[in-house]
Amino acid sequence: MQRAASSRAMLERCETSSAVQVDERVIEVPKTYEEINAKIGAGDVVVVTAEEMVDVVDDLGAEEAAEKIDVVTTGTFGPMCSSGAMINVGHATPRIRISRAWLNDVPVGCGLAAVDLHIGATEVAEGDPLNREHPGLFEYGGAHVIEDLIAGKDVRLKALSYGTDCYPRRELDTWVNIADLNEAYMLNPRNAYQNYNVAVNKFADRDIYTYMGVVKRGLGSANYCSAGQLSPLLNDPHYRTIGIGSRIFLGGAQGFVYWQGTQHDPTCERTEGGVPTGGAGTLATVGDLKQMDKRYAMGVSMYGYGVSLALGIGTVIPILDAEMARFTAVSDAEIVAPVIDYSHNYGHNEGEPLAHVSYAELKSGAIELEGKTVPTTPLSSYVRAREIAQKLKEWIEQGQFMLSEPVQALPSAEESAGFRPLKHRPVKQEGGE
Amino acid sequence: MAEKAETRVVLHFPKALLDKPLTSTVVRRFNLDFNILRADVGRDQEGLMVLGLVGAPESIEGAIEWMREQGVRAQPLEQDVLRDRDRCTDCGACIVICPTDALVIDPQTGEVIFNADECVACGICVPVCPPRAMSIKF
Repeated sequence: MQRAASSRAMLERCETSSAVQVDERVIEVPKTYEEINAKIGAGDVVVVTAEEMVDVVDDLGAEEAAEKIDVVTTGTFGPMCSSGAMINVGHATPRIRISRAWLNDVPVGCGLAAVDLHIGATEVAEGDPLNREHPGLFEYGGAHVIEDLIAGKDVRLKALSYGTDCYPRRELDTWVNIADLNEAYMLNPRNAYQNYNVAVNKFADRDIYTYMGVVKRGLGSANYCSAGQLSPLLNDPHYRTIGIGSRIFLGGAQGFVYWQGTQHDPTCERTEGGVPTGGAGTLATVGDLKQMDKRYAMGVSMYGYGVSLALGIGTVIPILDAEMARFTAVSDAEIVAPVIDYSHNYGHNEGEPLAHVSYAELKSGAIELEGKTVPTTPLSSYVRAREIAQKLKEWIEQGQFMLSEPVQALPSAEESAGFRPLKHRPVKQEGGE
Repeated sequence: MAEKAETRVVLHFPKALLDKPLTSTVVRRFNLDFNILRADVGRDQEGLMVLGLVGAPESIEGAIEWMREQGVRAQPLEQDVLRDRDRCTDCGACIVICPTDALVIDPQTGEVIFNADECVACGICVPVCPPRAMSIKF
């Protein structure tokens, strides 16, 4: 019922479509980025979210949907460890060439020019007991510094130097605020994993504490972390429209893809529809911290594991043709994820997935695994993912967000060497065996 | 037959009241059933009890009032176990950990729902919540 009503509403919005009608047959006209941006400028662009697109294509078919829909928006919100920020704090008088520094007691990277600092999201505050009393709490780290900066809070900078002729100062202890920083931008080597593992605990005789949350013993829980049908790269499985230079939603602001993410692996196994059945593609992203909203970039503490940044990302997919309409219509039932044991197999790179399950099953609240009904728990917020896709849709409809054609594609399956393990070549100690 | 309800209350007993049989007195006096969800004496020597009281709503109200008159600080549990809605991202990390059905996910909307009525104030959700949305203010 709801589905029919939503499609009708969608169709009413589609009257401005540019399809050419000949002898009552509709001939597909492939769209270009320029045409879609012109529509955004004119305010007559038709945008739906990846969730809505499932029903649109179901009702209209891919050909007709491609004519009527110009853009599909995606969203995801979850812990993304490989994140960070670059800041330039400006020069003190006298000047200091910072060689060690802390922001709110969190060590930050200083191996750059004098006052350029790198905040790693997972760096933990100095003095944190870590896992000495297991499971550790990891209350504050780099991701929390990033969140506090975005929130406009003063952050304490302590810095040391060895002193040089041109940078005589050796110590600094000062409050800094994002408003006074020369630059503050998020710079994330890996975000938005195309698909992800489902973590279970098969072998441990206790609950385990992982980056996938607390995983209960005896196959007591199945922890997953993807927005499924709303997730950015699952809607463009072969990276046809997302690439270097793509404008995206990052942490509440407009950001960009600057490279493929680390561990980008397009060579993974795929379903018939092209959807990866495991990790696969990733994005490296960049965006202005000063424009961000802490609602979409929050410091989080993973019990017994460490600190991470819960980050919101969304992409915009131009519906250039029927193929893109088909890709963006992918639904939770068609996307499967590997179920991996995190009590032993993951840590030791052993074993095969225990099963593959669909996101439709995962979102139902329980999966069947080895004869057991296992409750599922998401770590990625579908509510926020939906909110991001919706926000992007509004930005585009209001002419505030233009699509950018990638200046270079991400490595394809043919170009990529895949995701390789470390080639471990132990160093023999002199005088040793 | 009078309608029965359950109210979960957090009771703080000052040191002077620790050796008084207040709980049994109050349930007899007001004809209530009770379920002790948690009982502790803290380092400050103050007693803390989380009690489920079952009986007629007006009797429960009377019982809470009576305990306050004896010097016990009493308040409904939902005022003590709190979810900060701005910090909760609806990620769901808490739902398989919660031993009761106090934290569940709505399969339709994906929203995490906090049912204070089901909460036993065990506190396990506090460290498990990645953005620290849950807190207990005993």
